[in-house]
Amino acid sequence: MKRRHLTLLANALVLLLLYGIGGVYFKNFLTLRVFVNLLGDNAFMGIAAIGMTFVIISGGIDLSVASVIAFTSIFIAQTVHDGLHPWWAMAMALCLGWLFGATQGWLISFFELPPFLVTLSGMFFARGMGYIVNDVSLAIKHGVYSQTIRNLAIPLAKNVRLPFTAQCFILFILAGTFLLAFTRFGRYIYAIGSNEASARLMGVPVHRMKILIYALSGFCAAASGCVVTFYMQSGNSSSFVGLEMDAIASAVIGGTLLSGGVGGVPGTFLGAIILGLIQALISFHGNLNNWWAKIFIGILLFLFISIQQLLSRRLRAAR
Amino acid sequence: MRQEPLLTMRGIEKSFPGVRALKDVDFTLRSGQIHALMGENGAGKSTLIKVLTGVYPRDGGDMAMEGTRIFPSSPRDAEKFGISTVYQEVNLIPHLTVAENICLGREDRAAGIIRWKKVRERARKALARLELDDGIDVEAQLSDCSIAVQQMVAIARALDIDAKVLILDEPTSSLDEAESDELFSIMARLKKRGMGIIFVTHFLDQVYRVSDAITVLRNGQLVGEYSAAELPRLELVARMMGKRAEEVKRLEKRAAVTTKSGRKTVISVRRLARKGSINPIDFDLNEGEVLGLAGLLGSGRSETAEVLFGVDAADAGEIEIDGRATKVDSPAKAMRLGFGMLTEDRKYSGIIPNLSIKENIILAMQAKLGPLKKIPPRQANEIADGFIKALDIRTPSREQLVKNLSGGNQQKVIIARWLAIHPRLLILDEPTRGIDVGTRAEIEELIRKLRDEGMSLLLISSELDEVVRNSQRVLVLRDRNKIAELAGEDISEQRILHTIAQ
Ligand SMILES: Nc1ncnc2c1ncn2[C@@H]1O[C@H](COP(=O)(O)OP(=O)(O)O)[C@@H](O)[C@H]1O
Ligand SMILES: [Mg+2]
Repeated sequence: MKRRHLTLLANALVLLLLYGIGGVYFKNFLTLRVFVNLLGDNAFMGIAAIGMTFVIISGGIDLSVASVIAFTSIFIAQTVHDGLHPWWAMAMALCLGWLFGATQGWLISFFELPPFLVTLSGMFFARGMGYIVNDVSLAIKHGVYSQTIRNLAIPLAKNVRLPFTAQCFILFILAGTFLLAFTRFGRYIYAIGSNEASARLMGVPVHRMKILIYALSGFCAAASGCVVTFYMQSGNSSSFVGLEMDAIASAVIGGTLLSGGVGGVPGTFLGAIILGLIQALISFHGNLNNWWAKIFIGILLFLFISIQQLLSRRLRAAR
Repeated sequence: MRQEPLLTMRGIEKSFPGVRALKDVDFTLRSGQIHALMGENGAGKSTLIKVLTGVYPRDGGDMAMEGTRIFPSSPRDAEKFGISTVYQEVNLIPHLTVAENICLGREDRAAGIIRWKKVRERARKALARLELDDGIDVEAQLSDCSIAVQQMVAIARALDIDAKVLILDEPTSSLDEAESDELFSIMARLKKRGMGIIFVTHFLDQVYRVSDAITVLRNGQLVGEYSAAELPRLELVARMMGKRAEEVKRLEKRAAVTTKSGRKTVISVRRLARKGSINPIDFDLNEGEVLGLAGLLGSGRSETAEVLFGVDAADAGEIEIDGRATKVDSPAKAMRLGFGMLTEDRKYSGIIPNLSIKENIILAMQAKLGPLKKIPPRQANEIADGFIKALDIRTPSREQLVKNLSGGNQQKVIIARWLAIHPRLLILDEPTRGIDVGTRAEIEELIRKLRDEGMSLLLISSELDEVVRNSQRVLVLRDRNKIAELAGEDISEQRILHTIAQ
């Protein structure tokens, strides 16, 4: 418990530091609007990262999320283009994401295959399926997109509205946190990631759980794909290559251990916001190349992993 | 009057790839009975328990609870039939708290939402039932607790449900005396309430202290079921080792081996130890002498050899060679010091099946020379032919692949490999396992010859008679401790069994 609070604290400190830097160098940085935009801009990555958090806590990994996001976006764009109502298109996309994840989970569990390889195959597969649906970027033109979604934004202050994408993000954070902390399902995820053999002997339905965990990740990725269409007003089968790594980085910076058994959604939220803040700082600066964001994220990720390693070693030594 | 048995298992069969772990095993548990399941390591005790609790599907046989046939498909399923289990290795979740571990899968919920306060209360109650005076913090992370506490938590979890059968697989191996006593009094209370308890331990004292009945397994087969009061300790140990006590008594004393006293000590081992493998141990290895290691499987025999040979480096104590203290922290170092070791499992750590006899024989020599110096082919051929002849390895040629040889001939090839480096100490771990009788006699003959030539040998064998026949001195091990050292006339099967049973 203490250990987890420590990482959350470290995250909060980094967040404050980044905000401090922003506040000192740029005016208008410490405003509600910037924060709301941060939420909205990082919503799709954050939602995928929440699904990833479940998977990583259970001791696995899901490399297919970015491809599923891209597939979902082009699937929705194409079906809406073909005349399907957007809400129906989204519902179908969510089902497909769930089924795709469940299939991956079943393969991993039933054939005892490494998650890395199964989801790597899934990554190529979903990416390819996206191209089959359509290989060009397709704009979505529908009242739901041009009107309804915009009207759903909640006014917070004068000229500041909480966009629907940010609302989705918040909803997933709350639901994910609840699921992990207050349900038996959540306990089982930790149990499997911490010691799968023991979990089985303690009566955890490991097989069924793995299917559900990957299904959940697929669902989150599809939801993230829906959010992407709100954000971009279009679908594109070739976008977001490598986004799964951002999702993994968010989870890891947020204190989720790749070895499984440890982590949580609040941490991942902070991790995602930290990544977003770095991005925002770079774009506020204006003259820095965007790739600097990657370099800072790389350094930060390394620092966090080192600190976690040191902490857990210290704690082990103290015993 | 005998009541209907609580649990019966009949003709249980279970195979793993390459191992028949259970062969036609029967087991009967009555309510209010503490039934000890005994046998050496690998006898199949844990497998029997895992078959009973649905961890492994059974290949054959029948199981019934109170007369009704059952087919548990998972530990949770077994719990529904009233069978609660503490498995051998502590099987809990290290990253969860004590309370979460006790209640995993049984959390109190309202509309699907876990009520953490109730969960913690329930965990506290479960622990209170064990009457632990040092209060365990139910909110502590399990991996921060000592192994003993973890064991208690596992037991608390098992007792947290209403069970008719409680299974404890080696629950006391990580408990101290007071904690074990606490467990025994709990077991007595549960017994009085009519629970049937299956208890696995390798501590004989504990068996006789608590159990009513004893079932002995050996090599996956049932040896028999006995009433604890009617089975003397010596008999129990003899049966676990596959002997009958009468047989042991009748055995003649082996022909006394002429030992010249005052042999030169080659290697002195002083307080050598490794955590989890062997407790501090002292012994000497003398020139021209065979030192036997005896004890039940799992008593630390192979572990001693492995620490000595540097497979698992010792974490305390020292090895003195010719009076000089030396550290042996790797097999390579051991080989440079002139040690050779024939491992227990020649398939996995000895033989290289796809190389020829010649290549297998010169392997250790080559390793000793280093990778850069090549042994001239002529010399290699001569060495190989020499050993094929000396050890009578039955093969058409030295180029034959080792995988095509019989087990006994493979064993000879490995012995030849070690002999090629002229070791001063040769460690033989189960040199005759799985080998036909004829070859076995040849290997024993070879052991005597090497000894007479002045080599020092360390012999480990599950066949007690083999140890007795070939050793000048015997160390008796129990629970990773040396408990006795016998020499010359004192070495007999009976004496060794007595020592272990004490
Ligand atoms: N999961 C497994 N896979 C393969 N072999 C196994 C497995 N479990 C046990 N065995 C083998 O079955 C035999 C009995 O083992 P076990 O039941 O653990 O013995 P015990 O508990 O009496 O020490 C051993 O030879 C062991 O190597
Ligand atoms: Mg066992």
